[in-house]
Amino acid sequence: MYNQTDIIKDTTDLGPDGELVVNMGPQHPATHGVLHLVVTLNGETIKKIEPHLGYIHRSIEKMCESLTYRQFIYVTSRMDYLSSHINNTACALLVEKGMQIEVPERAKVVRTILNELTRIASHELWIGAMAMDLGAFTPFFYAFREREMITDIMEDTCGARLTMNYIVPGGLMYDIHPEFQTKVKAFIKQFKEKVTEYEDLVTGNIIFQSRTKGVGVLTAADAISYGCSGPVARASGVSCDIRKIAPYDAYDRVEFDEVIETAGDSFARYIVRVKEMNQSIRIIEQLIDNIPEGEFVGKTKNVLKLNKGEFYQRVETARGELGVYIVSEGGTTPHRIKFRSPGFSNLSVLDHIAKNSKIGDLMATMGTLDLVIPDIDR
Amino acid sequence: MFLKDYIVDVYNGVASLLKGMRKTGYYFTHSKEIITEQYPDNRATLKLADRFKGEVVMPHDENNEHTCTGCTACELACPNGTIKIITKFDITPEGKKKKAIDAFIYRLEMCTLCNLCVAACPSDAIIMAPNFEHSVFDRSKLTKILNKPGSKIKEGIE
Repeated sequence: MYNQTDIIKDTTDLGPDGELVVNMGPQHPATHGVLHLVVTLNGETIKKIEPHLGYIHRSIEKMCESLTYRQFIYVTSRMDYLSSHINNTACALLVEKGMQIEVPERAKVVRTILNELTRIASHELWIGAMAMDLGAFTPFFYAFREREMITDIMEDTCGARLTMNYIVPGGLMYDIHPEFQTKVKAFIKQFKEKVTEYEDLVTGNIIFQSRTKGVGVLTAADAISYGCSGPVARASGVSCDIRKIAPYDAYDRVEFDEVIETAGDSFARYIVRVKEMNQSIRIIEQLIDNIPEGEFVGKTKNVLKLNKGEFYQRVETARGELGVYIVSEGGTTPHRIKFRSPGFSNLSVLDHIAKNSKIGDLMATMGTLDLVIPDIDR
Repeated sequence: MFLKDYIVDVYNGVASLLKGMRKTGYYFTHSKEIITEQYPDNRATLKLADRFKGEVVMPHDENNEHTCTGCTACELACPNGTIKIITKFDITPEGKKKKAIDAFIYRLEMCTLCNLCVAACPSDAIIMAPNFEHSVFDRSKLTKILNKPGSKIKEGIE
């Protein structure tokens, strides 16, 4: 471990073997947030990477312990802000499991559609930011054009663009917007037309390919032993989609493929995310015309009290497996709450896969891990 | 053989770059497909979604009457302590005491716009308004009293 004075000393002095310590972040533009990486270099070769966390710690777990089961859901939007809807769903599912609340079919289907829209929006942003890390500025605007349609849909229905807080225990906060279905259909149409532009701009681009192919290779065994999940693990050939393993909401009645690549390099992680967006579109297409009529929220008591015991719920966010664990003493607030965030495990693999590569490749490796710092550092 | 591979690589690489450049050139010449909004120049025509959560407001009708009973359900529902309700007792014409709000204090700077207060309100006294230009020079201006001076509760709301 370094303390602050050691870091300053190390950057000015070369180590005994000619090693140089470079502090990347906490405000480096390519770290997408306040991640601090202490990179030990020998020439241009990376010897060691130490992630330093704590710059955006808000003690969300402790905060949740003082909030009631209705209130604590909004805090989870601030963890992984790009898949805030999915975080909210995880908490609502857990409370429903603990209290045996019956969720109406309409709420289940709408939640599934919104979750998949959130996943597409998250991957869109990732593609834009990732390409920008590697020097391509244009794809960012193309990706945001489609993402803007999703945020408009969210704005219409949930009233917010990023931190929705639309899911409540028992269903939804209010009914969907009357124009929800037409807008989603318009989005699907545009997405299918325009997704080929990414192929032209990014996927086929020789610079992008040579910077990502064979860079940051993660084997399947390492992915399992480091606890990776989501697109990072699936690009290494590990089947880990929670939507398939333990279906929740309406995922048990839709057909979709779990996208698995075997190369395990940065390019495979990119391909998994692009293909996953197409699978999300497939899920939405199956559900958008079949939203059942009826209530949008189930019957719940005024004051929610979880039964005494321990409860666990896991969902698939855009980054991987999110687990929520609650110990309840039977009161109105959780006794202890713990989030298993996908980003933390995915970050821990960075030192392993970036070791002995060049520092220029670190951008590609780190970018494809899709790190969202508030999710890692709650 | 090596030279042939090299030339093929260069050819494919340049072709892939030109493919991307064609897309950029297309949008350069088709300026109507650009969707950038010129905020703040388009303020007059800017239309936000009707459900947009910008701030909490209390609607008053033309007689300066609101529907807030001062039940503090919103105060209890708020996760951040944004809302504080101070109540008083009005004397009705029959000579009875009736609980009414004196001040509905709303602190916008602490609000996370989660909509839980609006959902908890039994008499629909507060709603979310689509205002988003909240910047002020002094922080104290963000602490607002939502009930207008001289306003009273609508008849028949308990």
